[in-house]
Amino acid sequence: MDTNSLQRVSAEEWRIEPRGKMRVPAVIYATEELIRQMDEKVREQIVNVATLPGIEKAAYAMPDAHWGYGFPIGGVAAFDAARGGVVSAGGVGFDISCGVRTLLTGLTAEDVEPVKRSLADSLYRHIPAGVGSRGLLELTDSELDEMLSDGARWAVSRGYGTEADLSRTEEKGQMSGAIPDVVSGFAKNRQRREMGTLGSGNHYLEVQRVTEVFEVSAAEAFGIRCNDIVVSIHCGSRGLGHQIGTEFLREMAVEAKNYGIDLPDRELACAPIESPLGEKYLGAMRAAINCAFANRQIITHLVRQAFAPVIPKAALTVLYDVSHNTCKVEEHQVDGHMKRLFVHRKGATRAFGPNHPGVPETLRSIGQPVLIGGTMGTASYILVGTSESENHSFSSSCHGAGRQMSRAQATKRWRGRELMDELAERGILIRSPSPRGVAEEAPGAYKDVNAVVEASEKSGLSRRVAKLEPLICIKG
Amino acid sequence: MALMAVVTDPAHVALEREVIVEREAPDDEILLMDWLNALIYEMSANQLIFGSFDVLLGDHHLQGRARGEKVDVERHEPAVEVKGATFTALSVAQNSNRDWVAQCVVDV
Repeated sequence: MDTNSLQRVSAEEWRIEPRGKMRVPAVIYATEELIRQMDEKVREQIVNVATLPGIEKAAYAMPDAHWGYGFPIGGVAAFDAARGGVVSAGGVGFDISCGVRTLLTGLTAEDVEPVKRSLADSLYRHIPAGVGSRGLLELTDSELDEMLSDGARWAVSRGYGTEADLSRTEEKGQMSGAIPDVVSGFAKNRQRREMGTLGSGNHYLEVQRVTEVFEVSAAEAFGIRCNDIVVSIHCGSRGLGHQIGTEFLREMAVEAKNYGIDLPDRELACAPIESPLGEKYLGAMRAAINCAFANRQIITHLVRQAFAPVIPKAALTVLYDVSHNTCKVEEHQVDGHMKRLFVHRKGATRAFGPNHPGVPETLRSIGQPVLIGGTMGTASYILVGTSESENHSFSSSCHGAGRQMSRAQATKRWRGRELMDELAERGILIRSPSPRGVAEEAPGAYKDVNAVVEASEKSGLSRRVAKLEPLICIKG
Repeated sequence: MALMAVVTDPAHVALEREVIVEREAPDDEILLMDWLNALIYEMSANQLIFGSFDVLLGDHHLQGRARGEKVDVERHEPAVEVKGATFTALSVAQNSNRDWVAQCVVDV
């Protein structure tokens, strides 16, 4: 992106003042280097978001922002229903409630290294990954509806986890306001046999080593020390979420003109929050959030099963589970007043600071863990939310590195099997049914995650707590 | 065919089963999206992949037949699941040679 098209506010904050149909400014948080790596489309898309009805304060782009569908990935926007605000299927994305769950193991690298190969094989056997993989469950219609209403709580009630897992999951694992009846039969059919599956693309399960601790007090509160082993699960609401996104994107795009909404791009498909279509989408989207919670809960159970025969002493407790593709109703300060807003985060992580009631009680004095996914050969991070991010971005931060190369470019440059051999030489074991999928997800196809989290910290969006590096990656 | 090439090499898909799709839409671009999404649904819900297509277009109306088989992970080495067809770069139009070009970015 050309920095000349932006007004520089500080080293990490860039602004576009309202012009044309923009109702609010657009704000991008990134270093100059990250801005230059961003596609021009990010500027165009965040400006388009700023034109939507009922938007509050500004349209924001996080340091990992890249070209998405309608909204940029790494986009944050909040809408006030009372001012005609909208809810946008394009603003949430296809992979509704895609997110990261991190498990603490109570193990150190020395516990894992001698059995790393057996552990990788056991995880790969237990956790369905990749195209065409099926879960162990096949849900009936009534079971699907229960799962869509109760989320991770449904999974725990079926024996896939504990109450303690729920206390460390966003929304305690159960998103209120879900309406399973408005989820189509097509969406339910896509999900019937997909519970407890990772999926493909950038989704993964990693066994990671804590290689650096930046903030000891927060790390202690999170239960993390250098050289500890953690497990991170990155996936979402699978076929059900994809189908809901598909159906509502079309319906909202076709119906927008009937609601008097002038869409600058059909991908921004949206409907007034207070409209039958808006309410229907919110009910379906919240059901998809529950599906994602339940999915990550079942995978947690499978991880425990996979560890048990290899390292029986592994604790595998949930540190936290947070989504990065959602629309949530939250209270935020706008011009000195507390407002109830519909906050869209697409490829952006909620990042509540200390003392926020949305943070689990045991972590509340520290702030919310913000879980940042990397790629197979690069680092992931655990960050913590800040109080300042409330003012900066409706308490939001980045979600990952963001691609810098297309899948086609990546497959021309790398071969999956060679890449797996190279990573194995560096001590990173990859297990995947698809060598081509591995090549498409090559670490070099992504931006530098270290630069992204540094920019998030310097912008005041979140602070670094710990850096994680992969030992094992199960890739779909 | 381009949709299938995102997942696997369509030339290696056996034409053992067929799926019939019929759709109507407000315009040809949304019709293209609907056709692709119908195939994506079959791939996701029924684990099918396709190697051959016949499409008959009318006035914002489509009748299509897709032929393929159940995915075999070892033989097809599928790279990614396709989540859905998008409005990005969505176009159905004639180019300067008067050839019809249908294009759409799909989310993976």
